[in-house]
Amino acid sequence: MLTRDQAAGIFSRIRKYATADEVECLFYGGQSALTRFANNTIHQNVAEENYGVSVRTAFGGRTARATTNKFDDESLRDVVSSSESLSKVQEPDPELLPLPDAGEGARATQANGAVLSRHFEQTAKLTPAQRADAVGKIVGIAQKQKLTAAGIFASSDTVEGIFNSRGLSAWHTQTSAEISITMLAADSSGWQKANSPDVAKLNAEALARIAADKAVKSASPREIPPGKHTVILEPAAVLDTVGFAFFDFGGLAILDQRSFLSNRIGIKLFGENISIADDVYHPLQSGSPFDGEGVPRQRVQLVENGVVKRLVYARATADRMKKSGYAGKVGPIAATGHGFPVPNEMGEAPMNIVFESPREPKTVAQMISGTERGILVTRLWYIREVDPYEKILTGMTRDGTFLIENGRVVCGLRNFRFNQSLIEMLSKVEEMSTPVRTSGEESFDMVVPAMKVRDFNFTEVTKF
Amino acid sequence: MKDLASSALNTATQLGATYADVRVVDERSRALSTKNGKIGTASDARSQGFNVRVLVDGAWGFAASANPERKSVESTTARAVEIARASAKVKQSEVSLVPEKPVTAEWSTPHRIDPFTISIEQNLALLQKVDAELRSVKGVTLAETNLNFRREEQWFFSSEGADIHQAKVTTGAGYVAYAFAGSEIQKRSYPSSFGGQWQNKGYELIDELKLVENARRIGEEAVALHSADQCPEGVFDIILESSQLGLQIHESVGHPIELDRVLGMEANFAGTSFLTLDKLRTLKYGSELVNVVADARQEHGPGLGTFGFDDEGVPAQCTPIISNGLFTGYLSSRETAALIGLQRSGGTLRAENWNRLPIIRMTNISILPGEKPLSLEQLIASTDHGILFNTNRSWSIDDKRYNFQFGTELGWEIKNGKLARMLKNPSYSGITTEFWNSMDAICSRDEWTLWGTPNCGKGQPQQVMGTGHGASPARFRKVKVGSAYKGN
Repeated sequence: MLTRDQAAGIFSRIRKYATADEVECLFYGGQSALTRFANNTIHQNVAEENYGVSVRTAFGGRTARATTNKFDDESLRDVVSSSESLSKVQEPDPELLPLPDAGEGARATQANGAVLSRHFEQTAKLTPAQRADAVGKIVGIAQKQKLTAAGIFASSDTVEGIFNSRGLSAWHTQTSAEISITMLAADSSGWQKANSPDVAKLNAEALARIAADKAVKSASPREIPPGKHTVILEPAAVLDTVGFAFFDFGGLAILDQRSFLSNRIGIKLFGENISIADDVYHPLQSGSPFDGEGVPRQRVQLVENGVVKRLVYARATADRMKKSGYAGKVGPIAATGHGFPVPNEMGEAPMNIVFESPREPKTVAQMISGTERGILVTRLWYIREVDPYEKILTGMTRDGTFLIENGRVVCGLRNFRFNQSLIEMLSKVEEMSTPVRTSGEESFDMVVPAMKVRDFNFTEVTKF
Repeated sequence: MKDLASSALNTATQLGATYADVRVVDERSRALSTKNGKIGTASDARSQGFNVRVLVDGAWGFAASANPERKSVESTTARAVEIARASAKVKQSEVSLVPEKPVTAEWSTPHRIDPFTISIEQNLALLQKVDAELRSVKGVTLAETNLNFRREEQWFFSSEGADIHQAKVTTGAGYVAYAFAGSEIQKRSYPSSFGGQWQNKGYELIDELKLVENARRIGEEAVALHSADQCPEGVFDIILESSQLGLQIHESVGHPIELDRVLGMEANFAGTSFLTLDKLRTLKYGSELVNVVADARQEHGPGLGTFGFDDEGVPAQCTPIISNGLFTGYLSSRETAALIGLQRSGGTLRAENWNRLPIIRMTNISILPGEKPLSLEQLIASTDHGILFNTNRSWSIDDKRYNFQFGTELGWEIKNGKLARMLKNPSYSGITTEFWNSMDAICSRDEWTLWGTPNCGKGQPQQVMGTGHGASPARFRKVKVGSAYKGN
């Protein structure tokens, strides 16, 4: 693994080669492996090791970056030269800020214990044989029920670091383990997915049993007409829809007038029961405690009781916002440690979303038992934005869609297409579970609850 | 390169591999963009590394490293073998490959101007000029432009004796104008959405695209959409312009014909396919006018799916996919071809980079133009009442590729053979085979464009790949329109 000391040494060499006024280096990479199975067979099984450095140079209001995954002298000279060539020829931007200094920079690293360790030796040392053994057990559960299993078991051990010429430095190491399982029957399927920095927290067999149960119970699916239905969205279905909201919670999205929050900050947009924070320090979260410029991430209360209270800011966005007509209208304005590496087009985004637990959490089973007629959704798929301001999303249900009648699951259903405003959806949440760490396919991992939502808008039914 | 490959192949064989291949890749890319007159992205990237893919005990192993030193090559190869032995613990049968004659070959993308030789100043000046044109239109609230260049050099060696060197050059460019007013964000993109037009070509593509010449019109259309009527809901005859038809092909033909999906190998992520094996040469996929090919050969054009050899050394080919409406072929690899009894791979196995396993990817999946001369103008003129759909805005399809819904940036109502009024927020939806069977006209070669889709995601770990889609505008009868806004 690339160590902090090795990275510091590479940064020193890069500084020696650079002629720019300021230099910043982002380091990334690690070891990763993924065992993939389908048709009850491991059919793809991969591993890689790779590290890179992205060099940002700045000459008085002009900046650019270049990246390499080679650390020999010639490659480092080349990457500095590329970065400087891209910087030098630009028109100066008077709004470009100097790099943050050490005081402004990453104090909240692992060294001071601000973030719980997200590096677990057991995850880092996971072997192909151990992953294959777990897959063998998953396949065994499938075969017992005459099902076909497909999925992955992945693990990684990664580093992320930043050094700049104003003395800022920060370093983060993390492990990750992930299991995703689809169980297939003749005309139905079931799915489960989980991840954690600590592989010991994943239970492959338990996930396999739930996925298998869903496949069995959704066999011979019935077709019912689309329309507005009460739905119970399991956490993965919630994650993959709400994920489309959060890139609009950056200050630059407001300045660019591309956010659905334009003219909506400070008003009640969602239901009273919706409160959302961005909190990298939450025990169920993962990721590094500093942003793309090395600024420490702060906990930010984005939504409180349905009202959008605050946005997140990169340093430059905060600077621009304070000078704009939005000052005083968009809540507190300050760099929050959510910026992407500079230069970039997107500015910033909250990537460590945590939904607040409801006052009276309900389990999915309790939600089902209190539902006269509704639809239980395991997972949503191929979600895309239809309307950027009303936040209408379209997509499909997948891998376990069930009809609920008189408080119990009665049968599987053919999958639906939905066209649903996210704003409306979060205004019609009747019940929620305790939020859990959740992983889907359309969005980044979050801590989200299951939700019971009324009037969810299904517009079509597909053929299976 | 040969030393590296020999070391890896020898190590693999000594450790028990019955087949092994090595890919060494050196990739360079440049991304430039502006946003409202300022630099959005200015970055260069270079990534170099190699991988070893092995078959041991009838199962696959794959390992990749950026470190080409001998010790690293040996340990990476040993790792691939260790992984393959672990794979063999959970298998139902042994992997077999259809034969492919190993070749020694060189191939490179024909191009006139190496895009990396064009000065950064010239590129930024072009983007700023486009940006200024877009923002000269009152009501445009955000303008974004982009230029992207890529050069990939790859060496492929196999234990069967293949020795192939390829060099690919890719160029892409595009821009978007946004207009926010009241409670609506509208946008227009050029030449297409989500990155513009991309081809395996040199900088000459940039001149062909006429970026500056079209910028003001695009800005004006973005603003005009605010005054346009909402697209009606109902059943209409529709015409898709060629970039939208290209995406329609990508989603409702290109993905379902991937044999790995058909055989369940992508079930956990990308999904499966309605095109089960019994449908080959029996399913009426579309009307008689529908002729689709998967063509990776240079003679098809400079598509993002054009190459000399795929990433397991199989030469580029043209496979008929839909012939006069009949479903006639899948996208295959050496392994999947063997599984369904084909004599040879269709040559579609590709990887995103050195650190990814090659998987089945679309090449250039193109609908052939109509044989009788027919311009878009003539097609519109022959339509009594319909809707013309321009430039994709949203796309979604189920995991077996039956039910789709597309939204476009701009629509035009056609009445009595003429464009009658602009429509905003247009969308249409349907079931794949019903839709393709409703196609009753397609424009001829003059209207045909080979579009590039640079952002196709597939696989675990996910890989992004460029695919090509040739299309000319076509008409479809009695299609469901406007569902996207129904109930909202």
